[in-house]
This record gives sequence, C-alpha cells and structure tokens, in this order.
Amino acid sequence: MNFTDATRSRVEISAEADLTHNVRPLLHEIRHALQQLSQTGETHVIDLRRIPMAPGEEARILELLGEGEIKATLTVLGRSTIIETAYAGVWIITHYNESDEILGRFIEITDAPAILKSQKEEIALAAAQLFKMLSADQPTKEETRNDSDQS
Amino acid sequence: MTAIKAESRRPADETLGEALRSHGISRRGFLKFCATTASLMALPPAMIPVVASALEKARRPSVIWLSFQECTGCTESLTRSHATTIESLIFDHISLDYHHTLQAASGTAAEAAREAAMRDNHGQYLLIVDGSIPLGNPGYSTIAGVSNLDMLRETAEGAAGIIAIGTCAAYGGLPHAAPNPTGAVSVSEIITDKPIVNVPGCPPIPVVITGVLTHFLTFGTLPELDSIGRPMAFYGQNIHDRCYRRSFYDRGLFAETFDDEGARKGWCLYKLGCKGPVTYNACATTKWNNGTSFPIESGHPCLGCSEPDFWDMGGFYRTLSMPTGHFSTALGYGVAIGAAAGLASALLGRSERDKARSAHEKVSVDDLDKGGSS
Ligand code: SF4
Repeated sequence: MNFTDATRSRVEISAEADLTHNVRPLLHEIRHALQQLSQTGETHVIDLRRIPMAPGEEARILELLGEGEIKATLTVLGRSTIIETAYAGVWIITHYNESDEILGRFIEITDAPAILKSQKEEIALAAAQLFKMLSADQPTKEETRNDSDQS
Repeated sequence: MTAIKAESRRPADETLGEALRSHGISRRGFLKFCATTASLMALPPAMIPVVASALEKARRPSVIWLSFQECTGCTESLTRSHATTIESLIFDHISLDYHHTLQAASGTAAEAAREAAMRDNHGQYLLIVDGSIPLGNPGYSTIAGVSNLDMLRETAEGAAGIIAIGTCAAYGGLPHAAPNPTGAVSVSEIITDKPIVNVPGCPPIPVVITGVLTHFLTFGTLPELDSIGRPMAFYGQNIHDRCYRRSFYDRGLFAETFDDEGARKGWCLYKLGCKGPVTYNACATTKWNNGTSFPIESGHPCLGCSEPDFWDMGGFYRTLSMPTGHFSTALGYGVAIGAAAGLASALLGRSERDKARSAHEKVSVDDLDKGGSS
C-alpha cells in the first residue's frame, strides 16, 4: 500500500473495528457506482476529504481496494498519482503539493480518469507545434542542391 | 502569501486562466487545480466543471486585511495552510494590499497603501477583519493612532463585502468573554449595511479561510450563510453528527477521565465536556494539520470554538448537560437534535443564568488552578 499517506495509516484498525463503519458503506457506494458505470456509462467521483474518517479508515479502504495494473504519475503543480485499483473502473487519484503533502484524494469510478487522457486543447496545439518544428527543419532548395553536388 | 510582494503583481485585467497559462501550467495542471479548489470550497466533485469555467475567467480582487484585538492566531493558521503551489497561485491572484503583520511596508507607507487600495477599488475591494473591536475606550487598541472603531468604519465604507475571520471578529471571541473589560464587540455589531461572512474558529481551519476567499475569487460572490453568518459549506454540519465517536455516544459508552479504559478505547468524550453537540464546524471532516486529525481524534473534547461565547459556556471540561447556564447563548444559536441531555438546561430561567454568569465574573488564581472543575 505504498500510495497511502503515512500520517493517516499510523493507527491501524480492521474493517470490523467498532468505529464509524465508513469502510463498508463507502465500498457499497463504489459497488453501486460501478454497476451504474457498466450499465449506463455514468461516472462517479468521491471526494475523500468530505467524509468523517476514523483513524485508519482511509488506509483500510485503500488496502481493500488494492492495486491493479496501471499506476501513473502526473508531474504538474507537485505530484499526482493515478492508480487503477484491483477493481477495474475504480481509480484512486491523489494530488500532492510540491512539499509532497496530500492536497486531495478522490475515488473515481470511470473507464479512464479525465486527467489521464491527453487534453483536447493540447492535442491541437501539439499538432501545430510539430508542424512548426518540421517546417523549421525543412532544408531550403539551395541546401538540397549543394547536398546533391557533393555526392 | 506572496501577493504582497511587488514582483508578484500582475495586470489587474489578467484572468486566473491567463495567469495559470503564463505560469506554464498545462491543461492537466488546470484540472488538478480545479479539482483541489472545488474540494477546498467543500463543493461536490460534480461542480468541478463549473469551478473550471469560473476560475478560467476569475479576475484579481483587491483585499484589505485589518487586525484588531486579536492574537494573530488566525493569520498564523492561514499562513500555515499547506504552503502549496495551488494555494499560492490563488493568493498570487488576489491583490493583498494591506495586512499589517505580513506586509513589508510600515508606518505612513503602509497606511498610504491602504488608502490607495480603498480609493482605486472603491466599492469593489474585499475587507477581511480579524480581532474584535473595543468600544470601552478607543485607546485600548489603535493602529497608526487610529482607533479600531474608526478604521473599521472608514475601511468598510467602500468594501464590496466583509469577511470576519476568527471568533473574535465574528462574535467578539476571547476579548468579549465575561467580564469583557474592553467592551469588545464583533464586526457585525458595528457594520450593518454590508454583506458580512463570519468565519469563526479559534483559529478557523486554514482551508476554511482559503476556501471562503477562493469562493469569492472564483465566483465573485459571497457563499451561502447560516443564521449566524457562517458559510453553510463549512459550518452547515454539526461536529457531533459527523464525529467518528458518535456510535459510542449512541450506545452510552463514555470516557469518564482522560486515562480510563474508555479513553484508551476511544469512547465518546461527552462526559469530559465535549461541546461537539452544540458546535458547527468542519473539523470532523476537513481536520487539522493537513488532514492529520482533529481535537476529538487526539482524545480531547471539542471546546466549541466556532460558537459565540464559547469561553463562557461554563467550563471546557464541564459536561453540557450540567446546569450552569453558561451555554445559554450557544443554545440560542442551535442545539444538536441528538443532544437530548443538553436540552434540559435550556429550561433554566433567565435570572438563574444571569446569576451564574455574574458569579463567574471574578476569577482568582485559585479558580484558574481548579481548571476544568470550576
Ligand atoms: S459528544 Fe463529542 S466525542 Fe462524543 S460523539 Fe459527540 S462530538 Fe464526538
């Protein structure tokens, strides 16, 4: 569970521990959202900052969700990690600041989080930039003639 | 809080979207910024696209921050909110034209900056106040020889809105505690013709302060408020209703002392004086120290610091249901429905309450030594 904030996981409790029982309802919320995603394509986001977690609960939820096949790191405004859990369609997105403190953690139920995809505006810009780069590299007619003279 | 530095100033007509792009922030960076900003403002994730389009167009407001009878704890809290790129981008984007603790200028130059900001942005600037205002004698608290009362009236006149940060500015706070030697009052007891947002807490949670400022920056409006002027997004929920120890309260499992079995097992702190049932704040979800914990999680009862007159609620370690009469004001402002025991004391007669209050006015060293048992 290497993506868990160390400060939050210092008190370990089990899912059966007699505290607020956030673990089970949250997993049910995820299950409902997954059903919705598979039937209608509707996505869902859970902001973990808005839930009154008991010590160790968030770590327990992350532990139960596990890690799947994809782990991506975004490096803008500090690090962000985008991890698909062991349950396809359930992603954990954690945003850090430049001091590596957690700014926010979200559970996204989606086929691919929007932040992972290349952004439309930037795709258009990339095409223009590539065109500009290739045009700058284009040899002039004079250079082409000189090259063939030498050969 | 780098906005005070002259070099961080940007053109007033630059939008936040343009500012982010000129910082070289990518579209993905902007999405991250919007997601964490929406979370900061306690908005549901579904609002992220709305926040994105508002932030794209947000313009740079002028902010004047006045500090009156206060301990600087609110400013300390704010400047210790995670020193992030994201929050500094937000604060780079407000023009903090006057804050006497943070600004480099002092004396005449500082006052000139305040006057210039008031003149140039008349009717549009945001006024932030921390600290209460003494009405007893103008000399109790002055800035550059001007009494707090005069400075507040003068600066509020051209403000678009006022944010009263901390329980002192919002409700009088500690200076207002009985016997209130300086005649301290809140901002809203003086200014009655401007929109005022109360952001109480002793101090308020840092992200609650930045969340309210960000709301103004993002939408150009002040957030929805409860009956005593607090933003619903952060103060709409009762600590007791969101407390992770609530299941113990419901089953009657209480810590009786700070080191008994109940305390060790994390049971409810009601009998140790917890004011969670009469307190509205975001501590149970947002937490403190970058989301690490909050007082109840650390084993200490809630003091109710975001409620009016929390200093006079009859003792921090006194159980709410004990009939002291000192939490009469808090009851007036709203009691958790679940706190049935607390309701009994609402039946106390006014005269009894007044008697209890005046009996409490003279505090000796002995009284202080008795601490919670007083
Ligand atoms: S009384 Fe205090 S500790 Fe007990 S459940 Fe309510 S808020 Fe939590």
